[in-house]
Amino acid sequence: MSQALKLDDDEQDLKYVGTRPVRPDGVDKVTGRAKFGADLHLPGMLTGQVLRSPHPHARIVSIDTSKAEALAGVKAVITRDDFQDMESEFVPAGEMMVNYRDVVRNVMAREKVLYEGHAVAAVAATSNSIARKALRLIDVEYEVLPHVIDAVAAMAPDAPLLHDDMMTEGVDPKPDTPSNVSKRVEFALGDVEKGFAEADVIVEREFNTKPVHQGYIEPHACVASMSEDGQADLWCSTQGHYVVRTHCARLLNLDVSKIRVTASEIGGGFGGKTVVYLEPLALALSQKTGHPVKMVMSRDDVFRATGPTSGANVWVKMGATKDGRITAAEAVLKYQAGAFQGSPVQPGCMCAFAPYDLENVKTVGYDVVTNRPKVAAYRAPGGPISEYATESVVDELAKMLGIDPVDFRLRNAAREGTHAAYGPKFGPIGLVETLEQAKAHEHYNTPLKPGQGRGIASGFWFNIGGETCVTLNINEDGSATLMAGTPDIGGSRASLALMTAERLGIEPEKVRPLIADTSSLGYNFLTGGSRATFSSGMAAVEAADEAIKEMCARAAKIWEIPEDAVVWEDGHAKPAGDNAGKFDPLSLADIADMAGKTGGPIGGAARINAKGAAPSFGTHMVDLEVDEETGRVTILRYTVLQDAGRAVHPSYVEGQYQGGAVQGIGWALNEEYIYGEDGRMQNPGFLDYRIPVASDVPMIDTVIVEVPNPRHPYGVRGVGETPIVPPMAAIANAMENATGIRFTELPMSPPKVLKAIEDRDGG
Amino acid sequence: MSKYHVSTTINGDPVEYLCEPEQTLLDVLRDELYLTGSKEGCASGDCGACSVLVDDRLVCACLALGAEMGGKKIETIEGMADGDELHPLQQKFLEHAALQCGICTPGFLVAAKSLLDRNPDPTEEETRYWLAGNLCRCTGYDKIIRAVLDTAAEMRSGK
Repeated sequence: MSQALKLDDDEQDLKYVGTRPVRPDGVDKVTGRAKFGADLHLPGMLTGQVLRSPHPHARIVSIDTSKAEALAGVKAVITRDDFQDMESEFVPAGEMMVNYRDVVRNVMAREKVLYEGHAVAAVAATSNSIARKALRLIDVEYEVLPHVIDAVAAMAPDAPLLHDDMMTEGVDPKPDTPSNVSKRVEFALGDVEKGFAEADVIVEREFNTKPVHQGYIEPHACVASMSEDGQADLWCSTQGHYVVRTHCARLLNLDVSKIRVTASEIGGGFGGKTVVYLEPLALALSQKTGHPVKMVMSRDDVFRATGPTSGANVWVKMGATKDGRITAAEAVLKYQAGAFQGSPVQPGCMCAFAPYDLENVKTVGYDVVTNRPKVAAYRAPGGPISEYATESVVDELAKMLGIDPVDFRLRNAAREGTHAAYGPKFGPIGLVETLEQAKAHEHYNTPLKPGQGRGIASGFWFNIGGETCVTLNINEDGSATLMAGTPDIGGSRASLALMTAERLGIEPEKVRPLIADTSSLGYNFLTGGSRATFSSGMAAVEAADEAIKEMCARAAKIWEIPEDAVVWEDGHAKPAGDNAGKFDPLSLADIADMAGKTGGPIGGAARINAKGAAPSFGTHMVDLEVDEETGRVTILRYTVLQDAGRAVHPSYVEGQYQGGAVQGIGWALNEEYIYGEDGRMQNPGFLDYRIPVASDVPMIDTVIVEVPNPRHPYGVRGVGETPIVPPMAAIANAMENATGIRFTELPMSPPKVLKAIEDRDGG
Repeated sequence: MSKYHVSTTINGDPVEYLCEPEQTLLDVLRDELYLTGSKEGCASGDCGACSVLVDDRLVCACLALGAEMGGKKIETIEGMADGDELHPLQQKFLEHAALQCGICTPGFLVAAKSLLDRNPDPTEEETRYWLAGNLCRCTGYDKIIRAVLDTAAEMRSGK
């Protein structure tokens, strides 16, 4: 069941924004017609496959590819020798940064392999079976080195070093000996010591979380085709085809204009498809062979070699007065980055206490390299980990003080004007509304049965804007084509069509939204940070306004009146001012039909750096019960309340809320990377890395709160990331209420829950 | 290595193909016949993205060999719509927004059709367990389950 809470009905009279039409790409996706990464076949296409390291840490002594190259059907083998080394240079990748020196080493190991699954060589062959055989013929001599998997262990002075030149940034004086800590970050406001001195109660806890994978159902896949003159076409499943183009151009030393990247339909990303893995290899193999090369990861490859998000160790201390006011909050976060620096510890620090209006806050973060795959963004990267810890402590404080957990949060909630601990002052935000709605919700007021527990937690994510281009063409029959450059992961074409139709005043079915290739439209930053509907929507509205201005000018020309004497209303140009009523309105279709005679084709374009992204806050509520004999947790009921700013297509907003909640349920209860003593992952498949299935979860109720973002033409905030932030704490808080046990480790899987119950009962 | 010659029926049409002994039915559908609506998410029978019907039985195409399919009747997502008319499940998935990225959708539709062919009036719990072999990472399953139950109700009422 879903409810929408409208807070601003008087503000805009909207005809299409807020409705639920069938999405433009829907029929293709229910008939199997939609083409995803692995669905493209080209004549003469070869298969590319990757040889991966069996060791978590080893020096590569030598690589002998001669036997593989001699095998009939093998067209090329590539290794580290096929890629030039790169200088250290940081560039944005999603909400995180990557360093080209690391990127070139991550796509193909150079001096060392740094994790099990690290790419060492790749082959292109005429069939899968020949490619597999060729991989077995490549001789790699390794000098195996000691490895370290855990972040805290990697910070020990005697830990095996991954990078001999890693001197911790952000400490003064800068160390002169290397370590596995790439940087220290700190965010502080006020004086925490003073704040703790004012507190009547203080809670201090240490939490541990495991790396979890984005778990997109579509493995990474691409097809590359490069001609002899170095012009390349690349088809791939990605959240950012322009970013792929940039990276590939750099790694292969090609002009950006030489590479045209087409984003296939993308079978889930959640942040994980913001970086390159196969794409530079496929291009290099195509360059070497003169054939198109297709590369597709196995699920095993996806787990072992692509980014999960960090596992972490988080220490939190918070204090509050008897009347429920938080006086100080402090946290230390140690995040695993995987083999190369760049965990989301910085956003983790910034999110940690963002839902609260606090005077005294301090967060310190450490970015720690370990012998695991390099982490990639995963939905609100960094936030779910730190907010799991802080929202657990908030709940504990409320309980110690005997205050209802919603009331306690309301008493301390961030509001418009709150100075966030990480810097800015919040504009209009909807946290209080989600809490008030939670408290009034029938779910919160329904009694529980014995043995059941209810938990609540709030969450925050920034949301981002960024570089965005769209082109809008008004077609000769009065329909319109919108080309956007942010790959559509979860229905953004639907929302873009709705906003464009709203602005133009034509029916949404008349607007065909497409994701353009990188050569057909200017640069777009990737789909991430919940920016696609926000930024491309803003650009689409700007492009529509340009087209409207031109259509008004054409009408003025036809009527022989000044351009500024024409207004656009409800899809029609109308004479205004002194000329009002003198001419019959001209519809968009009328003007489009006459475009050839009035000045040529009509359209609009926008090239913007979208500003004004606004955070989205949410509050989750969960009921659960624990089987005390097996440790199994059953989620009985779940409600998500979140501020969308405005829900352009409410069904897909609900879908984001529901999907995020269920990913969070998996993170809380089941999902984890399990490593053996040998540093090898033991559960690289969906049987053993168990994501939630349909029978694990109930319906997920949603409440869409709408506190419009004043800096977006339709009030959009972006909704995709926040829903994964609250679930882990909400579930941990419910577990505490059900069992009396405060769980401080994720996942709360049956063996751990059972052991905690036995410990509680003195067994 | 010589290839097997297989004669079979796919979506009602007679089809012949050659395949290597190690190629799965999914490999054959996707790489030899270019029926790419069936997806590979795991190649180990855990995700259900390659769900097809073989002689009316729901199977993961990644767990069956292409060489075994002689004389069988195979149904894939590409055969689900009747000409330009969508199957009621396909229509309800669209109306309920029961898909986000869409990679799991063909498998869910084939599996759901198999459920409704057997049980026109499934409970929510029966539906959830029947579809427990199909993974979706985007939707949290809510809208998928609603779409299937709504389809069942509509088909029962004979609309």
